[in-house]
Amino acid sequence: MQNANSSLFHKVIVYSTIAVLIIPILATFVYSISSSWGATILPNGFTTDWYSQLWQDPRFIAAFGRSLLVCISALLLSALLIIPAIFVVFYYFPKLNGLMNILILLPFAVPPVVSSVGLLQIYADSSIQIVGTPWILIGTYFTIALPFMYRAIANSFEAINLADLMDAAHLLGASTAQAFFLIILPNLKKGLLASLFLSFSFLLGEFVFSNILVGTRYETLQIYLYNMRQTSGHFTSALVMTYFAFIFLFTWLASRISRGAQ
Amino acid sequence: MNTISVPAVETSNIKSTRKLLRLTKFKPALVLLPFALLFFMFQIAPMLWVLFNSFIYEDEFSLENYQEIFDSAFILQGFSNSLWLAVTSSLIAIIIAALFVSSLRRFDSRARDLIVSFTNMTANFSGVPLAFAFIIILGFNGALTLLLKKYGIIDDFNLYGQWGLLAIYIYFQVPLATLLLYPAFDALSDDWQAASSLLGAKNWQFWRYIGLPVLSPALLGTFIILIANAMGAYASIYALTSGNYNVITVRIASLVSGDIFLEPNLAAAISVLLILLLAFITLINQLLISRSYHAKR
Repeated sequence: MQNANSSLFHKVIVYSTIAVLIIPILATFVYSISSSWGATILPNGFTTDWYSQLWQDPRFIAAFGRSLLVCISALLLSALLIIPAIFVVFYYFPKLNGLMNILILLPFAVPPVVSSVGLLQIYADSSIQIVGTPWILIGTYFTIALPFMYRAIANSFEAINLADLMDAAHLLGASTAQAFFLIILPNLKKGLLASLFLSFSFLLGEFVFSNILVGTRYETLQIYLYNMRQTSGHFTSALVMTYFAFIFLFTWLASRISRGAQ
Repeated sequence: MNTISVPAVETSNIKSTRKLLRLTKFKPALVLLPFALLFFMFQIAPMLWVLFNSFIYEDEFSLENYQEIFDSAFILQGFSNSLWLAVTSSLIAIIIAALFVSSLRRFDSRARDLIVSFTNMTANFSGVPLAFAFIIILGFNGALTLLLKKYGIIDDFNLYGQWGLLAIYIYFQVPLATLLLYPAFDALSDDWQAASSLLGAKNWQFWRYIGLPVLSPALLGTFIILIANAMGAYASIYALTSGNYNVITVRIASLVSGDIFLEPNLAAAISVLLILLLAFITLINQLLISRSYHAKR
């Protein structure tokens, strides 16, 4: 059906798009391993100094640790609250599912800058002193991870025959809690893991909330990245590439797991 | 006699099971409570605060904040800059992504999977790190800027102005558009293209009369998400220009977290207008989708 001409056309389109997408990443990588790269097109020499300098910077390690702590706590909290909530919605109140589907769009529809205006005002003067602490980040990260987590887990719930599984478990003498932990939860594993990895790489890149609500009072990776903008470009490149390697790893894991689930 | 009493027993049975069911549903509803509480604290409450306080001016209920926005050329410029960046970058990104995805369908599945997962990964390359990467390649002494200057293609490139920002917006919109459009192209059957070319249609005629009408709901839906994504974008532009380029998210943020001139209520009013604008665009989109091919069937 196709002639050589049109197949060449498709190849050109696909490869040039990939090239454009990959150029900033490649350039950053080359910059991070070059000893100096002044007003010339190609670098002068190669070195891994910038990486070792980065990994010896205690401030980087601390910021990275804080980011990991906040992201992982937020995701654990999300999983802990969202899975039982979806179970209850699907098993006891199926009518609520429609409402939930609208509610989980809110974190998508409302730009983070807008939410942070309200958050800053509500919690800055309240008795709950959480502005400037990781607690407010964990709360907001819970909401922005919600659409991803809810969709992924709800899809898994739709894929299994929840009512029949529960009836079978009850008939065999299991309590609802037993059935939930021993039968439903293992069935969700893959969908849950994929959504956790995906949300993790997404949360690690979050900047708006951390900048407006917390800033330098609790320097996360993104804030550190921003604060380092005045230092050597090679150093920041090494920083970006390190961050990027983690993102790639987790997105790759997520797609691996979700492909295995199908 | 017996035949009459049986339904009565059954109804009372149903009633008591209903009552039992309501009681058994009380405990599960408690499970929803912490979830609902957290969602309220961090999503609903801030939205309500923004909505109410946009109408509060100097402790009184008034429309003064909104008046101030429409009197301020600076804030209006923020809106128009945001809109221009959002619409232009979304249009260009959706065209690139549509071409990319339609060509990608001609690749074998192994290569296709690989390319899709690569695009997946670049979708997470945004915000501050992306701004850095762009400074390295397109900044005043960026590698690409120098290369293009050497061959005389450009005189100079200002990454920190309108066109540089457009480039960075397009960059983060293309992977998102690709991910959203990729499944939609499965709706196109290869047989249709074969049939139309057998009947003598040219390639552009296939796309004009069959391909695009079938894809239009997906294209419109994706376009809306791209616009919302670009209107709400803050990290890339803030990292690139340190808040010196006037877009609406930067205006909002500087009114609540800047060092001087803190006016949270004005920020709230701008936020409400931003949400209304996004809602309006979505509404138009819904109207267009309902008139498109899929809805007619």
